Amino acid sequence: MDDPVLRLDRICKAYNVGLPSETKVLHDVDLTLKRGEFLALMGPSGSGKSTLLNIIGLLDRPTSGHLFIKGQDTALLNDAALTRLRGHTIGFVFQDHHLISAFTAVENVLMPLLVDAEFAGPDIVQKANALMARVGLAKVADNRAMNMSGGQQQRVAIARALAMSPDLLLADEPTGNLDTQSAGGVFDLMREVNRESGTTILMVTHNLDLAKRCDRIVDVVDGRITA
Amino acid sequence: MSRWLPFEWIAAIRFLREGRMQTLFIITGIAIGVGVIVFMSALLTGLQANFIKRVLTSQPQIQLIPLDQIARPLRNAPGVFENASVQRPSQRVISVDQWQKVRDRMQSMPEITAISPTMAGSALAIRGAASRAITISGIEPTSYFTIVRIPDYVVAGVPRLNSQDIIIGTELAKDLGATVNDKLNVQAATGTPVVLTVTAVLDLGNKAVNERNTYVALRTAQSLLGIIGGVTTVDLTVKDIYAAETLAKRIEGSNAVEADSWIATNAQFFTAVQAQKTSNTMIRLFVALSVAFGIAAVLVVSVIQRSKDIGILRAMGASRGQVLRVFLIQGGVLGFVGAIAGSVLGAGGLMYWHSAMRQADGSELFPLMLERDLFIATALLATATGLVAAMVPAIRAAKLDPVVAIRG
Ligand SMILES: Nc1ncnc2c1ncn2[C@@H]1O[C@H](COP(=O)(O)OP(=O)(O)OP(=O)(O)O)[C@@H](O)[C@H]1O
Ligand SMILES: [Mg+2]
Repeated sequence: MDDPVLRLDRICKAYNVGLPSETKVLHDVDLTLKRGEFLALMGPSGSGKSTLLNIIGLLDRPTSGHLFIKGQDTALLNDAALTRLRGHTIGFVFQDHHLISAFTAVENVLMPLLVDAEFAGPDIVQKANALMARVGLAKVADNRAMNMSGGQQQRVAIARALAMSPDLLLADEPTGNLDTQSAGGVFDLMREVNRESGTTILMVTHNLDLAKRCDRIVDVVDGRITA
Repeated sequence: MSRWLPFEWIAAIRFLREGRMQTLFIITGIAIGVGVIVFMSALLTGLQANFIKRVLTSQPQIQLIPLDQIARPLRNAPGVFENASVQRPSQRVISVDQWQKVRDRMQSMPEITAISPTMAGSALAIRGAASRAITISGIEPTSYFTIVRIPDYVVAGVPRLNSQDIIIGTELAKDLGATVNDKLNVQAATGTPVVLTVTAVLDLGNKAVNERNTYVALRTAQSLLGIIGGVTTVDLTVKDIYAAETLAKRIEGSNAVEADSWIATNAQFFTAVQAQKTSNTMIRLFVALSVAFGIAAVLVVSVIQRSKDIGILRAMGASRGQVLRVFLIQGGVLGFVGAIAGSVLGAGGLMYWHSAMRQADGSELFPLMLERDLFIATALLATATGLVAAMVPAIRAAKLDPVVAIRG
């Protein structure tokens, strides 16, 4: 398994293709992430960071270019296969935690395990509780997601992203809505996960202090990688 | 939480529970619709069953009566008949021709369970200055009571019929000021007047009937009406009441009698039941339609409200099929729970109505018929309706683009 976890080959993305409002957001983006790397993606607002992250996360397709996940070209996969690959290899943490409010915290963590028949089984509840303990929230596991603080919610979101033991964790401004102290705590957690489990992490952030504590920083300006 | 449930079920139930108000309102709406269906259907079955019960216990299922008396011109007589106008003769009270033979033939038919000859006619009952027109039925008590359960209707006295006895209705008793053991003068247009002793007073549950119907021994009626040895009808009960009409036709074919089955006599009732059934079906259809639209409306709104959640589920690895099922299940569950609540509502209403609405004599207006099949069918229908109604919203949810959904 010497294939990099992720390799982008001249990825372009345009919105509203063919319309007068056509906007090119990404231009020939090349990027490779080695296994176990913790990379910070920085850049001004509107430069295309979230767009890039959605493409890497298989939520969106590039207009052109190739995206290899663990050496597999994703351009050849249909929707069902993409969903499967996404579920098994990629974890998401969004800026706005995106927990499902109808569920308790631990149920949110359980969700990725439940949707996958291969994982569904009696031991997944233990796994979810263990993840809650790992992010330091064992006590509030059965709280409703919306009754938790922003920092707690983001920790739950990280626990959820780790549920499937993904190869790649994508985080889009995970600390953007948090105060400095909570932000530090959440970042420490991700750093710890990266060290202990060897999870490859790609984190979008506007916080230079946190970015400096990553293994590598990549800048995106006007849809191009500059560093 | 039920962690052993598949993901789709957990998500569906959580979504329904979180949308408390919407869920509650739509279930209430479904319950009312289902309740009406259950109530109406059970009432209809009850009334039908009640009628059948009456047919089985208080009237003959086939009556044999003399053939119509027809005037016929003598076609074979000498002379010319032109424009012969044939008038219908007035129908005298006449006997069934050779009724003993007819009875013997009936006795040999295995489909027939009881046979009772009756001599019926009009007479006048007189007591002191009061007189009333009555209908006299001369019967053989043992056989007649198996067809019409006279003893069940006795309110005073004992249903005994010797040659000097008469059984009368409550209204007649009141009108004549007569009661058990009192004597009545009874007299018909033909025949001999007799003095009879009241042995029992009946309540047949109908004022007009209680005023007119009286019962005497067969021989008494024969002499009173002046037709010695004759009977006006032979009453029959049969094994299979629904085969009564075909049996009646067969009897007519091989006997010189007219055979009227309860089915022919009550043709109106069957038309009414059919009309009821048709309107019931229409009501069901429209209730199902409005339930379907209600569920669809609630779920369409829910899909919009939850588009972000749907996007997250997709990002977490949920397939389009799973999202589709989450919403289909919600529709099915709404229909099912609504049907359960509606069944309880309908059954409760029926029980209340059953106890509140009584006939004048305190007996039930309709029998309470709560059949399990009705509830099962209703629950299935409502669940299926919910599933179909959820189709459009569910497809919409499944088609959501996760990127757009998450961006909000
Ligand atoms: N669905 C869309 N249709 C059209 N244009 C879009 C769409 N989504 C994003 N864009 C445009 O693409 C550009 C990049 O957006 P993106 O969200 O990737 O920026 P970003 O780098 O994440 O910014 P921020 O730091 O504010 O999150 C923006 O100009 C945005 O307006
Ligand atoms: Mg962004």
